[in-house]
Amino acid sequence: MGEGVALTGTPSFEELERSPGFPSRKRLLTGPVAVIECVQEIPCDVCGSVCPYNAINVPSLKSLPQLDETKCVGCGACIPFCPGLAIFLVDSTYSREETLVSFPYELPALPELGAVVEATDRLGRGVTEGRVVKVLERDGFDGTVVLTIAIPAAFAQQVRGINMRGGG
Amino acid sequence: MLTTDVAVIGSGVSGLLAAIEASKAGARVQLIDENARPGGQLFKQIHKFFGSRRHYAGIRGFDIGTRLLEAARDNGVEIMLNSSVFGVFGKEIGIMTGEGHVRWLKAEAIILCCGASEKVILFPGWTLPGVMGAGAAQTLINVHRVLPGTRFLMVGSGNVGLVVAYQLLQAGADVVAIVEALPRVGGWGVHASKLLRCGVPILVSHTIKEALGRGHVEAATITALDTKYRPVPGSERDFEVDVICLAVGLKPNLELPLMAGCETMVLEDLGGRVPVHDANMETTQEGIYVAGDCAGIEEASTAMESGRLAGTAAAEKLGYLSPEEAYDVKEEIRGVLDALREGPFGVERRRAKQLLTQRARTLRAHSNGGTPKWVKA
Repeated sequence: MGEGVALTGTPSFEELERSPGFPSRKRLLTGPVAVIECVQEIPCDVCGSVCPYNAINVPSLKSLPQLDETKCVGCGACIPFCPGLAIFLVDSTYSREETLVSFPYELPALPELGAVVEATDRLGRGVTEGRVVKVLERDGFDGTVVLTIAIPAAFAQQVRGINMRGGG
Repeated sequence: MLTTDVAVIGSGVSGLLAAIEASKAGARVQLIDENARPGGQLFKQIHKFFGSRRHYAGIRGFDIGTRLLEAARDNGVEIMLNSSVFGVFGKEIGIMTGEGHVRWLKAEAIILCCGASEKVILFPGWTLPGVMGAGAAQTLINVHRVLPGTRFLMVGSGNVGLVVAYQLLQAGADVVAIVEALPRVGGWGVHASKLLRCGVPILVSHTIKEALGRGHVEAATITALDTKYRPVPGSERDFEVDVICLAVGLKPNLELPLMAGCETMVLEDLGGRVPVHDANMETTQEGIYVAGDCAGIEEASTAMESGRLAGTAAAEKLGYLSPEEAYDVKEEIRGVLDALREGPFGVERRRAKQLLTQRARTLRAHSNGGTPKWVKA
């Protein structure tokens, strides 16, 4: 089986690194930053208007979102607004051993603060253990919860969710 | 007989926008829907919409439905519910009301926004209870709050299959897999990625072979397909499921356009047979317009714009907008439609829509020795 979003349904790492919404490796190491995993030109520009720092630019409706990683402060305000649930936040400066990964969550079985969960990769495979450090619910998010989990730093580029079946 | 300026049949997203636009221009508008509640597919859509602010992007579909309904009422659109249109005879519309009465409505212009139906594929066991359209499952969970099973197989990875599969997870069900006959995922990567992150496998070059069960679906056999879409012997796999959802495409609802005498043509990129329409959404029958999925299967944002376009053109035809006023509005809408049909998921639809309008021009040039049959002299 081949690689890439068209064949597998999830972007390959090469597709992600090529896309203008994906921060550089260097930027990822210097502090929290938005990670936009949107690699296909679909007609949508929601993220372009929600960033309080104007760090996301979508030049035309079908353009890929462009992240200005120098302007992005990693506030995560964009996460709950992407209709594709495709924006994440990675903070590799959280501690020496741990990285924070934030992601939008719209499933039942919302984990509680402090819960130990199975952290999963882009294919839903459990890769490590995570600890829920933030459960952010706001009226303005319209039902989308932003979850933040702490995971071992080595998995920062892999973990993008949790096992929602609760396995833990 | 009831009379109105513009009759809009179907109160989904395109019908609501068409009605609002025509009414804003000053036309009397009667909107008719067979359902108890207007809004079409909008009230089934619990996800946040894509697109731009203009298309209510970032807002959940049912909330868009509420807003559009309010806008329709604020603009003076008359809404007739529980009422099935059983025929379009020239400009006279036959309506069966919820109370079982037949009413006749005469309109100066008619906009058909009758939506689409799900296609099916046939396989052994397909008539077993538990085999259903993905749209049916979506209606059950999101409108009626009934989960029709516990373990689902989704057949088809277009956006409908992907979105409904995710909503089934949200409703608390298990989706064991999505099978896709094509060698690639049909819908948007962002929808597919959400499912994969939840551990739902998407198996491309696979299809359903058989539904198994006594009295109802108990399992599904899937098979791999080779490059010529032939089943690969020995590749069969069984999944224990109680529902098999079919998301293998939509086709425009053509009953009313055909009854009205509208010419059609077959364009697979728009769902099969579609009514021929020009750049005003007018069909080959003067004063009869189409919009939304019944004018060719697309998505919500294009349905909104095509509804606006038809509503504007109908208002212009009836003299509520001057050609100059209408021109600016229509050109703006056409520009947005072109933009929505850009990118890898839009180009085929854009080409197909061009073929439709070309065909409308050809038919117009050949009718009555060059005199447009459906354009007032």
